Amino acid sequence: MTVLSIENVSKRYQLNQKGNSTDDLRDTVTRWSNSIFKPSKNHNKKEDFWALKDINLEVKQGDRLGLVGANGAGKSTLLKVLSQITEPTNGIVKVKGRMASLLEVGTGFHPELTGRENIFLNGAILGMQKSEIVKHFDAIVDFAGISKFIDTPVKRYSSGMYVRLGFAIAAHLEPEILVVDEVLAVGDADFQKKSIGKMRDVSNSGRTLIFVSHNLTAVQGLCNKGAYLRNGELIKSGKIDEVVNEYVKTVSKFQLKQNWATPDEAPGNDQVRIKTISLTPNQEILTDNFDTRTPLKMVFEYWNMMDNAELNVSIFLYSMTGECIFNIGDDAKFYQQGIVRVECDIPGDFLNDGSYYISAMIVKDRLAPVFFFEDALAFDILDYREGTDWYGKWPGAVRPKMISVNSVQKELL
Amino acid sequence: MNSKERIITAKKSITDYLNEIWDFKELFWILAKRDILVKYKQTVLGIGWSVIRPLITMIVMAFAFGKIGKLDTNTAIPFTLVVAPGVIIWLFFSQSLQALSQSIVLNSNLVSKVYFPRLIIPLSTIFLGLVDVLISIFLFFIICIWYQFLPDWKLFLVPFFILLTFMAAFGIGLISAVLNVKFRDIGQIIPFVIQFGYFISPVGYLTESVKSTDHAWYYKLFVLNPVTGCIDALRWCMLDDFANFNWDSFIPLILFIIFTFFYSIRFFRKHENSFVDHI
Repeated sequence: MTVLSIENVSKRYQLNQKGNSTDDLRDTVTRWSNSIFKPSKNHNKKEDFWALKDINLEVKQGDRLGLVGANGAGKSTLLKVLSQITEPTNGIVKVKGRMASLLEVGTGFHPELTGRENIFLNGAILGMQKSEIVKHFDAIVDFAGISKFIDTPVKRYSSGMYVRLGFAIAAHLEPEILVVDEVLAVGDADFQKKSIGKMRDVSNSGRTLIFVSHNLTAVQGLCNKGAYLRNGELIKSGKIDEVVNEYVKTVSKFQLKQNWATPDEAPGNDQVRIKTISLTPNQEILTDNFDTRTPLKMVFEYWNMMDNAELNVSIFLYSMTGECIFNIGDDAKFYQQGIVRVECDIPGDFLNDGSYYISAMIVKDRLAPVFFFEDALAFDILDYREGTDWYGKWPGAVRPKMISVNSVQKELL
Repeated sequence: MNSKERIITAKKSITDYLNEIWDFKELFWILAKRDILVKYKQTVLGIGWSVIRPLITMIVMAFAFGKIGKLDTNTAIPFTLVVAPGVIIWLFFSQSLQALSQSIVLNSNLVSKVYFPRLIIPLSTIFLGLVDVLISIFLFFIICIWYQFLPDWKLFLVPFFILLTFMAAFGIGLISAVLNVKFRDIGQIIPFVIQFGYFISPVGYLTESVKSTDHAWYYKLFVLNPVTGCIDALRWCMLDDFANFNWDSFIPLILFIIFTFFYSIRFFRKHENSFVDHI
């Protein structure tokens, strides 16, 4: 059963070309009087900006739809249209059943009111009836873990308590469709786990979930359907894995191969010139994206213009923040003029998920850098995990499986 | 399970809108309750301020206009009683106007994050002033006992005129609230208007005394002030047969309400969907 259908929805914003964001009364009056006296001269040309362009999407009952896309792709605008905060410029949205949207945790909390008063206030804002709130009151307080502070004004709460209370109220809402935006960005790991679990419960009970997050791991773990937005347009929708793959492919700054045909145009100097550098998955099955399991093979070739030179290559792998994860080189050997080929194997289950880049340095006589080929390759490693229900960012620069951790039941009580 | 289909589109009919307001009545009450609860949080006197403000205003007014301005010499009843309806109306009107004009901006966190018919926010401001009105009327009774004055049956019309006062404030308040979203200048203008509105409304004096001056043109302007109509009407119904019903100021009041009430709602409806883009 289709519970939500979005038909040709577009949303236009008008930008002032003059760019005066501080529209004060005086400006408007001046512009208005100008327009009377000089009707021919259009002072206030408006520029249209389409935040959403012709979106068509259907959501079936029980679906967990993940919206992905870069910042400014229109995800939040779409959620705002769905939750009726703004109206679409064109098109219609048909909603079957009660929809609640959670674009922020603790919307409308008043700092001066106590936790108890805020539960009723926030519940009403989210569209709960008083009887429903009364019914769930104890569960909410329990879930948030604030029973001791229920009669304290929320301005005295720690930020964690505040967020927990906000989420607890929203989680006990029983809408047929729940719209959630980035709530996972807040709270500690424990709370994130709790909230993902709660959202999973929502979908398991046959209700529909629409979820926006930049945490692709969470989106993939939680959702079964996906929709990828770019510049206000729906690029792809369907199974979540396909959608996320499509998204990752288009956004990541992949540079997996550089190649030069002749030494003349290649980077380098009189002594060495770069011929090619590439990174491929070192396995039978070729994939577009690398995940943490994928073993990688780097191949590097360069022209050596020196006779009888003692050379070696030093490879640097950096994380996105510029931290060097490792630097490793081969043994120095004597080479004649011609092409030198270097291969480097990076095992699977070694790097953590994230963005990395590689630089390579050619060293002469074991100490003198001949040429430093910086930022030669760039790639992303996607997350892959099994056997865990936790979807937060895996910490660490590496995630090596070669380090083993084992537990046994040592004793029985 | 409520499985009626809802359609989100750029157009919405007035009946849908009214139905929706009805659906959100719970929120209406809770917002009103919130405003009242929050008003005197972390104050020592709490609700006591709602007693002190009208009381002190009445005393000061009676003293300034009555004793110093020597307006009390030709009134048949104690001047404090004459001032009381003026103070009740003025405090209610100014408070409602202030609250209305700020209502959308002060609730911007709600407006930008959740959906509900926005009209609920300004509508719920009525209760804030109403609590004070009830306390002021209670004070009026105490003053009546003090001066051994007995109002007649017309007292039962008080709620009606209080409602008219709110409706008068509602029109301009609602328009100000909409404008305030885009032009925060309104937030500066309203307190200023309230400050001098005091003197051009018959709070501490009688409309009669304006009429009896030689400046007939001034009286004609004076009665156009909707607050004048409200105060005159309340004096008529609260003070036995002290004041006559003043049609000169009542008719402009009714016309004012009819015009601004409907216009302001139309104006509000036209702009409410762009609040989130400007707030």
